This record gives sequence, structure tokens and C-alpha cells, in this order.
Amino acid sequence: MTRVFMKGCEAIAEAAVRAGCRFFAGYPITPQNEIPEYFARRLPEVNGTFVQGESEVASISMVYGAASAGIRAMTSSSSPGISLKSEGISYCAAARIPMVYSNISRGGPGVGAIQPAQMDYLQATKASGNGGFEMLVFAPSTVQEAVDMTYHAFDYADRDRNPVLILADGVIGAMMEPVVLPEMKSEEEVRSIQEAKRVWACVGHKLDYPNRAWIEPGHWQTSDMQRANEEAAALYKSWEKDVQVECYQTEDAQIVITAYGISARIAKSAVNLLRKEGIRAGLIRPITVHPFPYDAIASLDYSRVKAILDVEMSIPAQMLQDVQLAVKDRCPITTCLCSGGNIMGREMIIDAVKNLLK
Amino acid sequence: METNLCVAGFGGQGVMTLGKFLASATCDSTDKNVTFFPSYGAEQRGGTANCFVVISDEEVGAPLGNVMDDLIVMNEPSLKKFINTLKPNGTLFINSSIVPEETGRDDIKLVKAPVTELALELGNAKVLNVIMLGVYVGYTNVISPEIVWDTIEHKLGKKPKLLPLNKAAFEKGLELGRSQR
Amino acid sequence: MEQIYARTKAIQEDKVSGFCPGCMHGLVVKLIGEVLEEMDLVDKAACCLGIGCCGLQMDYMAYDNITSPHGRACAVATGIKRTNPDSLVFTYQGDGDFASIGLAESLSAANRGENISVIFINNGIYGMTGGQMAPTTLIGMKATTAPGGRKAEEHGYPMHMCEILNQLTAPVYLERTSCNTPANVIKTKKAIRKAFQNQLDKKGFSLVEIVTSCPTNWGLDALKSLEFLEEKMFPEFPLGVFRDR
Repeated sequence: MTRVFMKGCEAIAEAAVRAGCRFFAGYPITPQNEIPEYFARRLPEVNGTFVQGESEVASISMVYGAASAGIRAMTSSSSPGISLKSEGISYCAAARIPMVYSNISRGGPGVGAIQPAQMDYLQATKASGNGGFEMLVFAPSTVQEAVDMTYHAFDYADRDRNPVLILADGVIGAMMEPVVLPEMKSEEEVRSIQEAKRVWACVGHKLDYPNRAWIEPGHWQTSDMQRANEEAAALYKSWEKDVQVECYQTEDAQIVITAYGISARIAKSAVNLLRKEGIRAGLIRPITVHPFPYDAIASLDYSRVKAILDVEMSIPAQMLQDVQLAVKDRCPITTCLCSGGNIMGREMIIDAVKNLLK
Repeated sequence: METNLCVAGFGGQGVMTLGKFLASATCDSTDKNVTFFPSYGAEQRGGTANCFVVISDEEVGAPLGNVMDDLIVMNEPSLKKFINTLKPNGTLFINSSIVPEETGRDDIKLVKAPVTELALELGNAKVLNVIMLGVYVGYTNVISPEIVWDTIEHKLGKKPKLLPLNKAAFEKGLELGRSQR
Repeated sequence: MEQIYARTKAIQEDKVSGFCPGCMHGLVVKLIGEVLEEMDLVDKAACCLGIGCCGLQMDYMAYDNITSPHGRACAVATGIKRTNPDSLVFTYQGDGDFASIGLAESLSAANRGENISVIFINNGIYGMTGGQMAPTTLIGMKATTAPGGRKAEEHGYPMHMCEILNQLTAPVYLERTSCNTPANVIKTKKAIRKAFQNQLDKKGFSLVEIVTSCPTNWGLDALKSLEFLEEKMFPEFPLGVFRDR
């Protein structure tokens, strides 16, 4: 396995290309510009198409169009840009169009800060647009994970005919790290993936009324709309099997840290240092932040766990709400937070854990 | 074993390239884990630039921290900004052409390299970062100099004309770094 | 007996139009269907529908269609056409969709010279939402959101999309037509055919703006609305070919 040293943003883009993504539309916004820039160079090499849209709103609509035509398509943005894309994301979810997008999140709300932050958890996991739709949301904590998640995201999207979100942050996007890249899908594989979607793709069909492609992000008839909602709800329920979580050193932990993405890898190194001092700390890291791994947290032995420390680069804390749902008042929960573009410090977490044990 | 390094200076002094060469070399030719994290101001030109490199035998936690094992400063403002992140007994590498030796810290090791002057002596002010990389590798031996040179050679592959100059710069730095061990 | 007229196969047999009496949407939808059939393009067609009354045809059109987010039809069409150049990709949008909420998408797609065709229905009012002011509403014309009529000093002037797009370099074909007389219906059909042919010839962006009536929201009967078209709409929106390259 050859390791290559890649920037998170570029690695995400390369992983997408290798997964067969052949269309990308996006609009510049820091800190994710390397994603569209990489696609602009790379897609023409594989007969793919890159379009710089006139806005985030237009870009997601282009992706909606390309994905509705059966192509593996992707867009990317950062926090305020993701809000603009929420219209198109909701349309994709409503019309059950598979596509992948990434949020290389930054400080917020508003224009916020161009530096890394985790301020979009609730938006990403609860309401990425109007209408109560849900998506699989993966939160990478290393560049390698960002690569693997992006690569497989297209399979999940096609399996479910639903959008998939890679929720990363400005650190993962900007940092360089060794990665092993997944295999490049052959032109044949890419074609057969497209061919499989031909039956519903909006690209023209033989004159045959029932079989025309009809991409419907809504319905005139209330009964049709409700049926679509019910089908979507059944899909979302089926995702219980897709929950991914990392439980690190939790077997005997007295203090359990909950953290995702960049905060989680920093927390993990804090756990290692705490363990060297004999402090029994552990970490629960949701890998899918939606669906959320409630069970992993709920099934802790609360006769042993003294407290939960929720670590996020967000003020106020957001994932905390899901952690609370899982813990159900069985032990105290405190937080260790930073925001505004400040990066979580390992020492901060170590101090917070020690404080809990005082 | 984990080494946290911060490289800081003016935009244009090649601090990012210095960090990237070191990190890429580690990725290409060792089994170690390594991260590189750049930090820019919002300005496209000028201002300060710094990057963080973490080299570790274990998984890397934070790709940038508040406590540095090593600190390379290429200009005076960076010294002021980062000197307090250096841990006790940490090593400070200064571009002694333009950075004063008075650091206000007596619990650290100081390695001096007048890289601005040396680069001019070599005939190209731009290679100051490669000299400093040589100083750092020569002093710390964090990874072998041959590996680092292979990476520089590879990265400059498209501009072979620049190789002799960079080779001389890197060698000069190694010598200077080793001499202060 | 010789059959001289039949309903186009591009419209489903057993379906009924959902448009109001006197509305010209149904007529334009029929023209598009006939052109598609005559050009043997029904099985290549991908229609990007705008939001509003445009969408009322989706139930009975016989070819592929996608409902675009409000105003984004040209962006959606860009995504389909760029990845499937063999499809015939066109948008069908009203004035609110094309000229107000979608102005950025419309101008940008035209400016990129996307190889798509736009059918733009301009009736000077928001239809489905119930008679609100459009960017193309005439000065003095009443709307539910401009109850005293459109005032230049408050609302600005009607927007002329053919004229605006004519400032751009990339578009190849810009024509404004109407469907108020049999002659104009024939002209409109020819214009649609040309817009589609341009796309087949890979020429680039074509726009057919069709000035139509909205008896329901204009508060006029069908015949009176034809008079309104000729007396009020045409002076503001002169018919003709603005560009043909």
C-alpha cells in the first residue's frame, strides 16, 4: 500500500473521482477552495465535467440536474455556503436523487470565521433543509477517513437514492496527512453504474407514458406526498444497520469523552496521555453523526462512569443534545468547548478531565 | 515519540515549503505518522504565515497544538508570537540574520543560523528555507538527511536547474545544524 | 378519410390540461409536443420545469421532466446537458422563475453559452400564487402585492429579458413571440423548432420568450385579455427576433 501525502480537500476530491464521480459544480468559499480547484484540474482527465457555478444555489441545482441524469455527482462548500445549498439538498432528498456533498465547516453563525469550527452539527444532522428529510452524515477525523468515507458515500447514495453528507471541518480540509487511496473505478464500472440508473434518469425515454422519467421533488396530491414521506421514513429507519461508532478505552473508563471529527482525534490523544498518568479516560466517537450511535452511549455502565465530557469546537455545544438523549440523566455531563476558529487543545481536554475527578 | 514543530515567518520566506518538504519526506520514506497544517492570514500577500508539523510513532492527535517541541522562526514578529508555545527544554531555531537572540527564555536551547545572509551568499535569497530545513534536520536528526534530500529533489523535478543551488543550500544548513548539536 | 390533425403523442392520451380557460400555457405545451414529435425528439427530451403554473403540465406531458428549484431551471439544465450531451434539454419557466428569483441562473447560463433551449412564458404576473407582481408587470398594472398598480418610483420598470440577454456575447438566438393570433402561433412554433435545432447543431444558448395572457389574474375574460396583450403588453414587450446567429 503506497502512502501519498495529501491535503484533506484534495484527497476528498480524488476519492470522489476514484468512486466514479464525473460531475462537480461548486462556488468558491474558504476553507474548501482546494476541492473545486482539484476537480477543475482532475475531472477533464477522466472525461468528467467541472462547472464553477454562479452561486452555491446554482451549483447544487447543477448537481441535482447531473445526478438526476444518472451521473455520480458531487458538490462542496463551507458553512454559510451550505446554508445556501439547503434548497437543492432538500430537492435531492425529496426527489430521491443520489448525490454526495461535503461541508468543510468553519466558524459561525453568519459569515462567521474562515478558520475551522464544528458549528454546523445540528444543521447537518437534524435539518439540512426544509421538510424533515434525513441523510447519512459521516464525520471523518483523519484525512484517510475522509477519503474512505467519500469513496463509499457514493455507494450509500446510490443504494438509498438519497444525498449523503461528509461533515468535515477546516482542519481536516487544510491538513496534509499520509493516505492510501482507494482503487480507481474503471470506465466500464462507471458506465455500468450510470446504466443502472438509466431507467429513472431524466435524459429522454422511448415514448411510453408510464416509463417516462419524472423527477418529482414534490407532489400535487396529498396522498402521493404522504406516501413519499412514508417511504422516506422507512428508509431512514433502515439506517440503524449503518451506524458507525468508535469506542476507545471505554471498557474501564471513569470519564468518557464524547467527540466527533477533528475534536475526537485530539480527544483520543488526550485519552492516551491521561492513561499514561493512570487516569481511566475513554472516548466515544460517533463516525456517523446521523444516525447517531445512541446505543453506544446508552449502554455504558453508569455505576462506573462518573461523568461524560462532551468535547466540541462549537459554543454553544450542539452534539451535547444527542449525548443527553442517550445518557438520560444517569451521570453528569459537562462540556469542553472552543469556537470562533480556535482549535481544541489537547491540554484543555486533559485539564477538563482532571477537574472532573477532583 | 512525538515531535511537534512550528515554522513561522513572513509570507514569501518559504515556511510552508519548509514544513511540507519535511512532512512529505517523512510520509514517503518512513512508517511514521505525520501531519502538516498550514495557517494563513486572510491576506493573499504579505502578513505572517506559519505551519505545524507533527511526526509521531503513534497516531497523531492534534495536527496543531499549543505546546511545541521545536520552533523555527524566520522573522522577529513570529518570535514574539510563538516563543511562549515552546516547551521547557524545547529547541528554538532562529534566522539570526534578522531575529534577535534575546528571547526572554532561559529554559530552552537556541540554534542560530543566519539563513538570510547565507542564502544571499549562495546567490539566491529564496533558498533561506532550504538552508533552515538543513539546519533543523542536521541538528535534530528527526529523519535522515538523505530522505529529506530525495524529497526535495523529487519536488524540484520539474526545475532541474535549481537542484545544484538547493543541494548546496541544504548541505550548508546540515553542516550548521550538526555543528551546534 | 385522410386524417389532417391529431393530438401530439408528446401529450398523454387520457389526461386533461390543468390550465385555466384562456391561458396560453396549454397552447405552448402543445406546440412543444408537436415540435418534439415532428423532429423525432420525444425520446431524447429532458424538460426542466420551473415552479408555478409551468408545473401543471407535468402530469400529462409524455416525456422526461424534472421539477427545478424555483428559478434554477437553467442550472439544472446545465447539469443534465453537460453530462448527457445527446439529450435535448430545455427549460420551461415563467417570468417570476426566469426573470426574478432565477435571474442569476438565467443570465449565467446564457453567458456561459450553455447548449440548452429556454422556453420563457411572460404573462406579466405570478399565476399559481395568485396574482402577485412580477418583474415583467406593466406600470400601472394591478397586482395583489401592488394593489395600487405598479409604480415606477417604488417598483422600478418591467424587465425586458430578450433585450438584457442581447447584451451578452454568448447567446445565439433570442426571439420574442406571442400566441394571440394563428399567425403568431405558427411563428412561436417555428421559434421553438429553431431553438431545438440550434441545440442539435451544438450552437449554444437559445431563448424563446412567449408573451402570453393570464385572464384569471389579469381579471379579464379570454377575449379582453387578448386585447390587453395587443394594446398594453406588446408596446412594452415588442415581438421580434433580437438575435439569430
